[in-house]
Amino acid sequence: MKTKTLHTEEQIWEFIREVTDPEIPVLNIIEMGIARGVDIDEQGKVLVRITPTYSGCPAMNAIEKMVREKLEEKNIENFEVKLDFSEAWTTDWMTEEAKAKLKDYGIAPPEKTVADNDFLKSLSGTKIVPCPFCDSFETELQSQFGSTACKSQYFCNSCHQPFEHFKCI
Amino acid sequence: MSTTKELSLKESKVTYLLRLADDRLILGQRMSEWCGHGPVLEEDLALANMALDLIGHASSLYAYAAEVEGEGHDEDHFAYFRDDYEFTNLQLFELPKGDFAFTIARQFLFSSFSYFQYERLKDAKDEQFAGMIDKHLKEIKYHLRHSRDWVLKLGDGTEESKTRIQDAFDELWMYTGELFFIDGVDEMMLAEGNGVDLLSFKEEWKKLVEDTLKEATLTVPDWNQFMMTGSRNGMHTEHLGHMLAQMQFLRRSHPDADWK
Repeated sequence: MKTKTLHTEEQIWEFIREVTDPEIPVLNIIEMGIARGVDIDEQGKVLVRITPTYSGCPAMNAIEKMVREKLEEKNIENFEVKLDFSEAWTTDWMTEEAKAKLKDYGIAPPEKTVADNDFLKSLSGTKIVPCPFCDSFETELQSQFGSTACKSQYFCNSCHQPFEHFKCI
Repeated sequence: MSTTKELSLKESKVTYLLRLADDRLILGQRMSEWCGHGPVLEEDLALANMALDLIGHASSLYAYAAEVEGEGHDEDHFAYFRDDYEFTNLQLFELPKGDFAFTIARQFLFSSFSYFQYERLKDAKDEQFAGMIDKHLKEIKYHLRHSRDWVLKLGDGTEESKTRIQDAFDELWMYTGELFFIDGVDEMMLAEGNGVDLLSFKEEWKKLVEDTLKEATLTVPDWNQFMMTGSRNGMHTEHLGHMLAQMQFLRRSHPDADWK
C-alpha cells in the first residue's frame, strides 16, 4: 500500500494560492476572499471551503474544478471541496493588496462597505468612484451592471476612458 | 389544496423554500429572454446579469429544499421535473416579458417587495437559510436601484416612454395582491423563527412604490381593484406552461445527461 503523504494546512493554503480567479486573473482566490477555510481531519482528509462572490457567478463551477485539479496535481488524493454559504461574501474580505492589484489592472476597487440602514434614502443618491487610470473624480456611472456580475460600468470625463468598478457588496 | 391539509413542519419548510425559489426561477427565466435583445448593450448586460442572480438564488434555495426534504432530489429535479400545477410561483412573474417598460415595472415591484421581505428573513433562526438570504439581499439592492432608476427615467421621459411604463403598471397591478398571500405555511415558518410577517411591511412597501411612481410623474393604479389569486396553490396563467415547455424539454429529453 502506498504511504499517505501528509500535508499541513499551511501547505494546502500555499497550493490553493496558485488558483486564480478566471475572470480577474491578477487575483488568486485567497486574495478574493473566495477560499474560506482549510481543514485536515484525523484521517488526513483535506477539506477546502469556498464561497461564491455572487449567487449566479458562472465562474464558481470553474473555480471549484480548478481547486480540485490543483489538489490532484499536488498528489493529494483524499480531499473534498465544499461550497460554504454560511456567511455572505463581502468585498471587505478582499485584501488591501488585492485592491491595489485591481487598480493596477484598470478596475476601480471596491471601497469599504458601510452599514446602510438608510438604504432606502440612499436610492436617490449617486456614488463617486475615482478613475483607476487618472484618479479623477469627474466620472459618471453608465450602468450598474458590467461584463461580470461583480462589476459596474463608469466613464471618466477627464481622461475619457471607460472603466469598470468592482461593486461594493 | 395544500392549504386544506395539515402540513408537518418539514413539509411546510420545503413548501416555503420552493415558493421562494419558484418565484426567482420563473422571473429569472423570463428576464433571461432579454439576453441579446436588450435596447442598448449596457441594458442587455444588466438584464442578463440580474437574470443570472435570480436563477442563482433559485438554485441555492432549491438545493436547500432538497436537503431539508431528504428524498435524494437535487435542484434540477425541482426546476425540470415538475409540471406547471406543481409550481408555486406568483402569476406576476410568469407573464411574458413584454416590452422594456413592462419588464422594468415588474422588476421594480419584485425587487422592492423582495428587499423588505429579505431585510426581515435575513435574521432567521436557521443559520444556513439566513446566510443565503443575506447574500441574495445584497444583490437585490442593486436590482432595486436599477429598476427604480429606470421607472423614473421612463415615467419622466418622453410621451412614448411614459405611456408604456404607465400601461405596464396598469396591467401588472391586479397581480400584485398575491405578493401578500399568507397561509398556514407562512404562519408555521413565522412561528418557527424562519418566516416573515408579510403584513408588517405592506404599508412601507406600498409607500415606496407610490412615492416612486409619483416622482416618475405616473398615476398610482387603484390598490382596491380586482386581484388575481391561486398562484401559491398551483393555479397559473396559460403562459407558464409554454415557458416550462421550452425551459424543460432538453433536460427531460436527456434526463441522465451530465456536464462532466
